[in-house]
Amino acid sequence: MRRRIDPRLWWLLAGAAGVSLAWLGVTIGLIAVTLEPEARARMLDLLGDRWGFVGLMWLFGMMAIAWGLQRAFDVWVVPWRRLAEEARVLLTAQGAPALRERGPAEVRQVARLFNQLVQQCEALRAQMDERLREAARGIEQEKSRLAALISELPQSVVVCNLNGRIVLYNNRARLQFRALSQAPMLAGGAELIGLGRSIYTVFEPALIAHALERIRQRMRRGAAHPSAQFVTATRGGQLLRVQVAPVRQVEGSADGAGELAGFVLVLDNITREHEQAAARERLWLDLTEGSRRSLANVQAALEVLELPDADSALRERLSQVVREEVQALGERVQRLVAEGVDIWGSQWPMEDMLAADWVAAIARRLADVPGLQVTLGAVDGEAWLRIESYSLIQAVVYLARRLHTEAGVTALMLRLQRAPSAGQRPGPRVHLDLVWRPSGDAAVTGLLGWEIDPMRVGDGGGAASVRDVMERHGGTLWVETDTATGEAFFRLSLPAIETAESADAAPLARTESRPEYYDFDLFRSSAATQALDDAPLTAVAYTVFDLETTGLNPTEGDEIIQIGATRIVNGKLLRHESFEQLVNPRRSIPREGILIHGITPEMVADQPDITQVLPAFHAFARDTVLVAHNAAFDMRFLQLKERVTGVVFNNPVLDTLLLSAVVHPAQPSHRLEEIAARFGIPVIGRHTALGDALVTAEVFLRLIPLLAEQGIHTLGQARRASERTYYARLTY
Amino acid sequence: MSKRVLIVDDEPNILISLEFLMKREGYEVQVARDGEAGWEAACTWRPDLVLLDVMMPRKSGFDVCQAIRADERLAGMRIVMLTAKGRDTDVAKGLALGADAYLTKPFSTRELVQRVRDLLEDAR
Repeated sequence: MRRRIDPRLWWLLAGAAGVSLAWLGVTIGLIAVTLEPEARARMLDLLGDRWGFVGLMWLFGMMAIAWGLQRAFDVWVVPWRRLAEEARVLLTAQGAPALRERGPAEVRQVARLFNQLVQQCEALRAQMDERLREAARGIEQEKSRLAALISELPQSVVVCNLNGRIVLYNNRARLQFRALSQAPMLAGGAELIGLGRSIYTVFEPALIAHALERIRQRMRRGAAHPSAQFVTATRGGQLLRVQVAPVRQVEGSADGAGELAGFVLVLDNITREHEQAAARERLWLDLTEGSRRSLANVQAALEVLELPDADSALRERLSQVVREEVQALGERVQRLVAEGVDIWGSQWPMEDMLAADWVAAIARRLADVPGLQVTLGAVDGEAWLRIESYSLIQAVVYLARRLHTEAGVTALMLRLQRAPSAGQRPGPRVHLDLVWRPSGDAAVTGLLGWEIDPMRVGDGGGAASVRDVMERHGGTLWVETDTATGEAFFRLSLPAIETAESADAAPLARTESRPEYYDFDLFRSSAATQALDDAPLTAVAYTVFDLETTGLNPTEGDEIIQIGATRIVNGKLLRHESFEQLVNPRRSIPREGILIHGITPEMVADQPDITQVLPAFHAFARDTVLVAHNAAFDMRFLQLKERVTGVVFNNPVLDTLLLSAVVHPAQPSHRLEEIAARFGIPVIGRHTALGDALVTAEVFLRLIPLLAEQGIHTLGQARRASERTYYARLTY
Repeated sequence: MSKRVLIVDDEPNILISLEFLMKREGYEVQVARDGEAGWEAACTWRPDLVLLDVMMPRKSGFDVCQAIRADERLAGMRIVMLTAKGRDTDVAKGLALGADAYLTKPFSTRELVQRVRDLLEDAR
């Protein structure tokens, strides 16, 4: 191996040559000066032919010096240089091997010292990493604790960044948005609510902008709790009251602490309250204006009747007026009583409760009363009540205790049944009976007076009476005796509610793992300022989808029979924000297809057709990049439906097949199963649209870092790289 | 010549009393059963005073009152509004629209007769 010679060596050699020439010249000069002129001439004569020797000897001398210098460099300089190179590697590349200790003693010593420094440095770094990881873990824990907390709230909460992108939402909000969805059976609100989706698809931007403006004003004035609210009607005719509270920049952020970073929306569906308020107003008007009118008629008639000059025909007519108006007043009051309970009774915090749970709670409370034995009779397990359970339990316990202490009852039975609607008050009712066997002929007549006595139960209990509590619930109470069985019972009659009304209390558990309802990184994103093509692949929101079809040729009449899709936001797969829908193809499904996807004609018979499903899917995919495996196939199906459905998919598209070819050009196969196997992704539910979409999403997430290794970081770069491989594959 | 009084109200039960009371005072009386008929009677018959209910079908008392005040030919016509709408804002609205008096139902017929008498005497 030819070694490059250090330029310093040449300089030293040239110096040595100069010095030796000068030394030779000076020596000869000195000798010449000391000699007589003729001796000097003789010497020059003598030297005359032998200058060549002198030059030769000088050259030998120079070579010796050069060799010596080279050796000296090898020993003294090169080891340092090698050390420097190795050290540089150590500095830049983590985990490089330690410096070899070789060469002269001084170099070895320095290498040893350097290695020790590196070790110290690495230990320090490991410590720092560990501490960072701990901190990150802490932050992650706090974030999930916050998210878990919010997800349990009974209010709908949605947190957005300043661009209106959803950063966090809870389950309640999900249910509420489902009610607002235009396609509730299809997308189930998932096209409206989802991480990274815009809140402005639900609310007018101007409404929120106005609310934020008011909040900013209040913040400038230094208000402690700057918030604003508005009421808006949704497309479905529901009324929502929306409270807006600011999310402020935290200490140390770039935009200055205290500035707006986003906002929290707390949503209340006030449609019911509003209807009740309107009904109250109607009742109030009917009561005041209607009664005034009747009273005016009566008063005027009476005052005319008192006049002596009224003839008998007029008197008869006026008496008729008085009778009519008094009757009208009576009917009005009756109507008021009938309607009023529903409207006024809602001031207390009522909640939907399974009646059987209420009875069980009463039985538990009564078990504490010494000397009283409580048994459960027939209890209807299906009945639902809307009650303020605490006071209602207290009322029953109060009655039971008084029966025990004052009437000497020692055994009570609780039973609950539903009663059909009867009498003037419509609607089914629930009857709770507190049954006992009266001893001898003990009177049960005085007992009804108990309902107006103020309740005192133990230390608790307020001044309210049992009747107050019952009326608050639109209920009533009486005592009955059954002569056939010899039993007496208090009957509490309460209005039953439809089970359907309490349906949203049912848990919505579809996913096995805890769903991701938050992504605080969205606070930092400023998607609005970034052209989509320049957006990093990790920051784009994706809809990963797959279609099942009747065949491979959409132009020859093949149709979509299933759409499955899932979302990726900020590099996270959001499994719970999925879309899965069968489609009625309005044609037969070939047998060979059924073997693959398992979708039979019976399964799609009563499903919506593509004109209903595609708009819902379009809404689901709004503002995202579409990703599919062999996307060209799926896109052709979608595009051929643009005319019938009226929706156009102009989202950017990425194809995992092409991207896989970019990353692994040497692999012979880019089928989805093969790629999944290469990445070690378990394939579940292959050949259902959603199953395939989920696998595609997993594949895509693993492709992103591999693309980054090839210098492909943005959406635009990925699309260009795909195009290149696409054409490359075409040519082969 | 006796004064003319037009009574506009959709409730027959009060018309009987009002008609009797006004005739008893010696006024010439006509009755209209809704706002539209009231407005026509005001234009053609030219009463000196109108007793006007607010809540009526077809044309509300407020509308009739405003129309009378907007018509120069009907200048000087007295308007007394009789209504079950008793809120302060309704009273303010009636007076702002040009009513000379606003009585809230129920009212004393003696007071009504007195107010009508005063208004018609002022006009003389």
